[in-house]
Amino acid sequence: MPLLPLRALAQAEPEVAAMKAFVGNRPVRAGRLVLDIPRIADNGNVVPVRIALPGPFAPGAEVRSIHLFSEKNPVPQMAVFHFPAPVAKVEVESRVRLAGTQRIAAVATLADGTLHAATADVVVTISACIDGS
Amino acid sequence: MADARVQVPAQVRRGESFEVKILIRHAMETGYRLTDEGKPIARNVIRELTCRYNGVLVFRAEPSSGIAANPLFTFFVTAGDSGELVFEWVDDAGARASERASVTVAP
Amino acid sequence: MVRGVGALLLGLACVAVPAQERSLPAGALRSGSTYLSPELRAMQEDGFANPGMLWVEKGAKLWGVRAGADGRSCADCHGDARASMRGVAARYPAFDRAANRLLDLEGRINQCRAERQRAAPFAFESEELLGLTAHVASQSRGLPLKVAVDGPAAPHFARGRMLFERRIGQMNLACLHCHEWNAGRRLLAETISQGHPNAYPIYRLEWQSAGSLQRRLRACYSGVRAELPAYNSADLLDLSLFLAWRAEGLAIETPGVRR
Ligand code: HEC
Ligand code: HEC
Repeated sequence: MPLLPLRALAQAEPEVAAMKAFVGNRPVRAGRLVLDIPRIADNGNVVPVRIALPGPFAPGAEVRSIHLFSEKNPVPQMAVFHFPAPVAKVEVESRVRLAGTQRIAAVATLADGTLHAATADVVVTISACIDGS
Repeated sequence: MADARVQVPAQVRRGESFEVKILIRHAMETGYRLTDEGKPIARNVIRELTCRYNGVLVFRAEPSSGIAANPLFTFFVTAGDSGELVFEWVDDAGARASERASVTVAP
Repeated sequence: MVRGVGALLLGLACVAVPAQERSLPAGALRSGSTYLSPELRAMQEDGFANPGMLWVEKGAKLWGVRAGADGRSCADCHGDARASMRGVAARYPAFDRAANRLLDLEGRINQCRAERQRAAPFAFESEELLGLTAHVASQSRGLPLKVAVDGPAAPHFARGRMLFERRIGQMNLACLHCHEWNAGRRLLAETISQGHPNAYPIYRLEWQSAGSLQRRLRACYSGVRAELPAYNSADLLDLSLFLAWRAEGLAIETPGVRR
């Protein structure tokens, strides 16, 4: 049995609908927001993720929130992180659940309305069904 | 009973960003699982986590069932005065819990 | 490689001292953690964010909680676990002469619970028993496993080995077939390890919880579609003893993280 479900890898460019809905027709910048997640997840139940936006941030342009979206989860908005007080270093880590191989997306919203986005593809290996526990 | 672990550096310098970590024991029940008898288990996830630093809200998370069981959250806070970080969270069932940690700020 | 099961049964019948020959020499032993992805290994090694630490901490709190008819805590008799419990897990399962039976660490803790605290024993896989076991076992982190398999433990050891080599279930496989002949190979999305007990209790992503060695062993039975032995059954205890002997010298890593 190969490790990677090849069919899943060959899928056409997926779109993260929930991210599109959130962003609407606002412009989005790519390239600055960092979204770190393993390319291959051991188990969709627990997948470590790290999101960072390198500073510095001009006064009035601090990070207010980071939304984390899933393409395939039944609840597409996995989490929102808010930064009510200005912080110099924006970096959050958590662990997400992923219902299958998919693309995930993060969007950082700055106080001046600027949006920074990043996406990442994750292959979620099926659980060995030899285990009924 | 709060069942969580919190980690902050024992000492930080004023103005410095320091990392805060919290690991909470919670099933983060998705609402999609069944009991052995085939009955659905109600969704129950932490729906809000806040962190206040000397009374000021510095971080707030709104997780969903997309966050793993026994969730981990790490983030950065800018050091102001010595004092306390207070974490509070509430789940869908309305259960509230909290945990605190103190931080010493060197000028 | 194929050891005659018949010869073993014969050995059992004569209550002979089991031949303690090793098919996995010390130099070839590999902890289950060495088969993990870098992410999972990092999760296990992260002393803060390893989710199993939630159970270790729970156990550490329970250590000081008074309970039972005499209102005594583990700490009242055992003091600081860092000193009194260091190295203990490395010797379990062990034959208990007073109880005249083989006890794994969970069984030993529950025995103290019942007889020394005179409190109701904890249920298998309860948060309390997993917590205390993880707390006690983590005091031996880094120490090598070394169980006694002679004297009254000998028949348990021989039975454990027999069970390890016996084909079971609809898949008609023995532990040996997966964990010795196919260690390092993939089974669907899993990498089969050598099947060592040195990181238990573990936090398993599949369970989204901590779990005991017995739970893991039951999962293997279920995997080959065999009838599940009951918790604390002779089969699971004897197998645990054999596994601990087979892993002799491996350092304890509790709480492990597994897929
Ligand atoms: C009233 C005193 C008392 C209390 C309370 C008590 N124990 Fe014990 N425990 C003992 C004694 C005495 C022994 C060793 C003698 C024996 O084998 O029974 C022992 C042995 C043990 C051992 C085996 C040590 C070894 O070297 O093999 C473990 C593990 C243990 N206890 C854990 C616990 C835990 C966990 C608790 C709390 C849930 C607890 N004990 C509560 C008295 C106590
Ligand atoms: C069909 C193959 C198969 C058989 C047969 C099998 N197992 Fe496993 N076992 C696995 C897989 C897959 C895992 C999970 C990956 C790993 O840790 O090896 C596992 C895990 C384990 C582990 C946990 C190792 C660790 O580091 O966490 C132990 C111990 C174990 N098995 C013992 C046994 C015993 C004892 C038997 C016989 C009763 C047995 N297994 C039969 C496939 C098997």
